[in-house]
Amino acid sequence: MNSAINSVRHSRQAWRIGLQLLLVAVIGGLIYGAFVNAADNLERAHIASGFHFWNNSAGFDISQTLIPYSASTSTFGRAFWVGLLNTLLASALGVVLATLLGFTIGIARLSRNWLVARLAGGYVELVRNIPLLLQLLFWYNAVLKSLPELHDSIALPIGGFLNNRGLFLPRPVFASGIAAVGAALLVGIVAAIVLHVWARRRRERTGAPTAVGWWMAALIVGLPLATFALAGFPVAFELPQMSRFNVIGGLEILPEFAALVVALSVYTAAFIAEVVRAGILAVPPGQSEAAQALGLRSGTTLRLIVVPQAMRVIVPPLTSQYLNLIKNSSLAVAIGYPDLVQIFAGSVLNITGQAVEVIAITMAVYLTISLVTSLLMNLYGRMTAVAER
Amino acid sequence: MAAMADTPVLYVRTAPAEKLPPPVASTGFVGWLRASLFSSAGNTILTLACAALILWVAPPLLRFLVIDAVWSGPNREVCLASAARPEPGACWAFVRVWLSYFIYGFYPIAARWRVDLFFAALAFGIGWLGWLSAPRRDVGALYFFAVLPVLSFVLLYGFPAIGLPTVATNLWGGVLVTIVVATVGIVASLPIGILLALGRRSELPAVRWFAIGFIEFVRGVPLITVLFMASVMLPLFVPQQLEPDKLLRALIGVALFASAYMAEVVRGGLAAVPRGQYEAARALALTYWRMMGLVILPQALRATLPNIVNTFIGLFKDTTLVFVVGIFDFLRTIEAARGDPKWATPVTATTGYAFAALFYFVCCYGMSRYARSVEARLSRSDRR
Repeated sequence: MNSAINSVRHSRQAWRIGLQLLLVAVIGGLIYGAFVNAADNLERAHIASGFHFWNNSAGFDISQTLIPYSASTSTFGRAFWVGLLNTLLASALGVVLATLLGFTIGIARLSRNWLVARLAGGYVELVRNIPLLLQLLFWYNAVLKSLPELHDSIALPIGGFLNNRGLFLPRPVFASGIAAVGAALLVGIVAAIVLHVWARRRRERTGAPTAVGWWMAALIVGLPLATFALAGFPVAFELPQMSRFNVIGGLEILPEFAALVVALSVYTAAFIAEVVRAGILAVPPGQSEAAQALGLRSGTTLRLIVVPQAMRVIVPPLTSQYLNLIKNSSLAVAIGYPDLVQIFAGSVLNITGQAVEVIAITMAVYLTISLVTSLLMNLYGRMTAVAER
Repeated sequence: MAAMADTPVLYVRTAPAEKLPPPVASTGFVGWLRASLFSSAGNTILTLACAALILWVAPPLLRFLVIDAVWSGPNREVCLASAARPEPGACWAFVRVWLSYFIYGFYPIAARWRVDLFFAALAFGIGWLGWLSAPRRDVGALYFFAVLPVLSFVLLYGFPAIGLPTVATNLWGGVLVTIVVATVGIVASLPIGILLALGRRSELPAVRWFAIGFIEFVRGVPLITVLFMASVMLPLFVPQQLEPDKLLRALIGVALFASAYMAEVVRGGLAAVPRGQYEAARALALTYWRMMGLVILPQALRATLPNIVNTFIGLFKDTTLVFVVGIFDFLRTIEAARGDPKWATPVTATTGYAFAALFYFVCCYGMSRYARSVEARLSRSDRR
């Protein structure tokens, strides 16, 4: 009897190990086969392998560069950083705008005002059910490209131009005193945090609330402003000038960039709105009723009772929406905004032909962003987890 | 007692009280208006602002799409601004002329009945599976996941032995390609996704780590890079004589991508099945696959059906991305057609995008309504 059970157990054990070995063998075989074929194919096509191309001269132009870059002298490695920064710039701006719009619409959907709620609902349904790429093409080709031509540019009242080549704004040129303003801002933020901590400690010790909100605002905004005035307004604006064939100088915002940021924010805002709505609905109504019964005002109830509990539900899906936005910024390739994918999986891949290395680098960047974010998310989740009794 | 009787009553009303005004209506249409639109000053301002927004957006939109629109015509002349129509509306004539290209691409005209038959067969399968009280849905599933793929391949690609000449995939285009990509993604992602989800919950470490690695990798990168990988790296990884077709490469990319997302949805469904179900199945001495196939998966998939449909919606929208690897899906055909000089007008692009938006909206909104009705039905059956 016992030996029968043992033999069953042994055969199960053998079966499990065999199955896993089989899986490893199949995957290993596939990878090996791919490797052999790739080496063979690459050799036949005379394509180099390895990452030596990183330091070779790139030789192609990029329309938007946040760091100095020139086609003739810069390397592929430099082009990589240019693309990465462009991706991060569009994503960061998209995240901020999508959050503002998304929270507004999510709260509007729960409004007691019928019209407001319906309008917000209509926005969400319309935007969610139309592919992002279509929206992106619409913003780029139908809206921004149909702006006036160069010679019919719309002159902006602050001194700038809007035409189908982009938005040209005055560019701030900082004088030497600006460093002091930056330092003042830093000092203001640190002081505001210290003040906040002090107020909370005091409240916890004495029970008396201390209103420091205005003081904090004064520190963060007022201090730099005062320094700015004291330093004698160390900023000048370089106005864009209209020339015959182009606009010279000023701060140029490419239509590709504007279309990408608008499309990403509008699209992601619809999803964030749903996340926010679900989060607020997840707070039981008893919580705000109890707060009312304790005599808290509605603003205080919202700030101290509803929002902290809703945020715990909102933040994880919100983060995954942010990640989606960053990944979706790769659609830039469709309208020619020089983001990481357009520069790397587009231009660099075409020039070097090193598909494996180039795609691997591109994927590694997105993978790193995703993994780091989910790591931070787990930390946040652990910090805010409810201490169950 | 006596004292009380002697005390004169000081307050007795001798005349009827004045009538109070009637209470503010809180029911009926007026009451509803008051409560939901004009309950306070702030609310009234919001309502008026929204009404102004609607009045600002809706009439021009309606004018553009319907009233000022041009419905038929031979070329761009009809859609240009003229003295009679200073503000040109949508150029639907353009869509009408190009419609068959939007649906079939360059698929040979003589063979387009095959595409129509494929659409019909697909619609039949979707109807069979989607209608929850249809008879023999198990046969329906067999049809959808086994018969339909073979049938579609024979119909669309051709099978010279039975008299259907081959149609190369570079001639395919438009809605046909969109539907093919979406359907292949759906048909492939469900089984692979289920396997990956089971793998992720497996007790075998090699299987579990492979599943986790695959799912997290694919979910961490954008679909575009997966498509680029499929279209430029896949040809390197196979022997030269076996170079896969361009459409097939994109299909592989989409299927792998969708599988990883489907795996997470299925995993959520598996987590929703109570532990007792696993234990009971084990106690009945069911093997792993019978336990999963007969007890766990039916419950898990049923519970997560709305999420599965939502994944399909995402997949359907994502099919537009095959655009970037040079495949002529519906959106790409619109892009190609709007460049036609014969129809080059300022409104052509907007018209094309409006048409595409309508198509995608109808499909996706339909699917999401379906998901919601399934959800309502499931929660009804749970409430029993």
